[in-house]
Amino acid sequence: MCGTCGCVDDSVQIRKPGESGHSHSHSHDGHHHTHEHHHEHGHDHDHEHAHDHHHHNEHSKELQLEIDVLNKNNLLAERNRGYFEAKNITALNLVSSPGSGKTSLLERTIKEMGSELPFSVIEGDQQTMNDAERIEKAGAPVVQVNTGSGCHLDAEMINKAVKKLELKGDNVLIIENVGNLVCPSMFDLGESKRVVVISVTEGEDKPIKYPYMFNSSDICIINKIDLLPYLDFDVEKCKEYALKVNHHLKFFELSVKSGEGMEQWYEWLKDSIKTT
Amino acid sequence: MHELSIATNIVEIVEEEITKANAKEATEIVLEIGSMSGVIVEALEFAMDEAIKNTRLQKANRSIVELQAEAHCTKCQNKFEVDDFFAVCPKCGSFETDIIKGKELKIKTLKLN
Ligand SMILES: Nc1nc2c(ncn2[C@@H]2O[C@H](COP(=O)(O)OP(=O)(O)OP(=O)(O)O)[C@@H](O)[C@H]2O)c(=O)[nH]1
Ligand SMILES: [Mg+2]
Ligand SMILES: [Zn+2]
Ligand SMILES: [Zn+2]
Ligand SMILES: [Zn+2]
Ligand SMILES: [Zn+2]
Repeated sequence: MCGTCGCVDDSVQIRKPGESGHSHSHSHDGHHHTHEHHHEHGHDHDHEHAHDHHHHNEHSKELQLEIDVLNKNNLLAERNRGYFEAKNITALNLVSSPGSGKTSLLERTIKEMGSELPFSVIEGDQQTMNDAERIEKAGAPVVQVNTGSGCHLDAEMINKAVKKLELKGDNVLIIENVGNLVCPSMFDLGESKRVVVISVTEGEDKPIKYPYMFNSSDICIINKIDLLPYLDFDVEKCKEYALKVNHHLKFFELSVKSGEGMEQWYEWLKDSIKTT
Repeated sequence: MHELSIATNIVEIVEEEITKANAKEATEIVLEIGSMSGVIVEALEFAMDEAIKNTRLQKANRSIVELQAEAHCTKCQNKFEVDDFFAVCPKCGSFETDIIKGKELKIKTLKLN
């Protein structure tokens, strides 16, 4: 929102690096006020609109709806999933607290594995193209989704971003979700696997503080292990907590900085595209 | 604040049902929320108060049915009530348990006028 004149602009923007988006030009003492917008609104208006206005039922009607509140997102996520399966795309949904090293992990993975595995990336952040620009430099096709005030990606944003990416198939699609361990847990994007990243600079009790995210994930990456000698972080304790919340979790302990543990992650990536 | 987007979803679904049924407004909404759905009921109530403003839901009575979560033990097949994700099976002490009920987040019934 523009603090001076109060113009609200919360719409989601989906762009490739270099594409122009929203720009504001303000001058409130004079009369110059330009808004240049390039928005893609997050709604498909495919409702059926009834046009007879005066035929309301006389008496009340009860509906046994039994419908999931997130039905719309879940249906669209299933559509994404079907599309990914048909095109042999392994889609990973990367979730974490801000700053755990998601973008760094992608950069290194793309640089070291890009010649063996075709990667594409969807970056989710509330603001800025920074992460998309980093991924583009690392050498993978990328689309940035800016959620504005939104705190998570949803299946509709992924659906649109995927169209913009023009994916060919036989691909590893990595979706970096908005840094937030709460809300993204509720929104299925149609991913093949959900990957939660925790860094050793966080508390080892993160899994029990944010159980929804760890419960809904398939993979847990423990990053920044190069810092372990300087910290009190107890890796085994962290894994024990995580397993209490979700005994299906598979772990990778690695350092994007030193490269330690990256090999196992790469092997898993290679296997995942073979087996899906 | 995902409660706000949940509330917005509820309003959207109900508005669509009102249009489909050619009705005037919603008079009653019953939600069903599992104790481990990840939604804080008070926060949802608060978000709903905002989301229904100037919609055909604004006069509707709302009620929430809360469902007690249950887990299943993969070791001994025991089923038991749980309140969190770190449930130990009360019968065999195993951690290898899965939530089988309590993640619901549904619009159960709707009365339209
Ligand atoms: N010591 C150390 N630092 C790391 C490692 N991986 C990432 N970092 C640093 O952690 C900081 C955050 O990294 P990012 O990759 O931007 O983290 P992110 O999860 O993408 O952050 P958001 O997108 O803002 O949520 C940067 O300063 C990185 O250099 C690691 O293995 N070891
Ligand atoms: Mg990032
Ligand atoms: Zn303005
Ligand atoms: Zn604007
Ligand atoms: Zn949120
Ligand atoms: Zn048991």
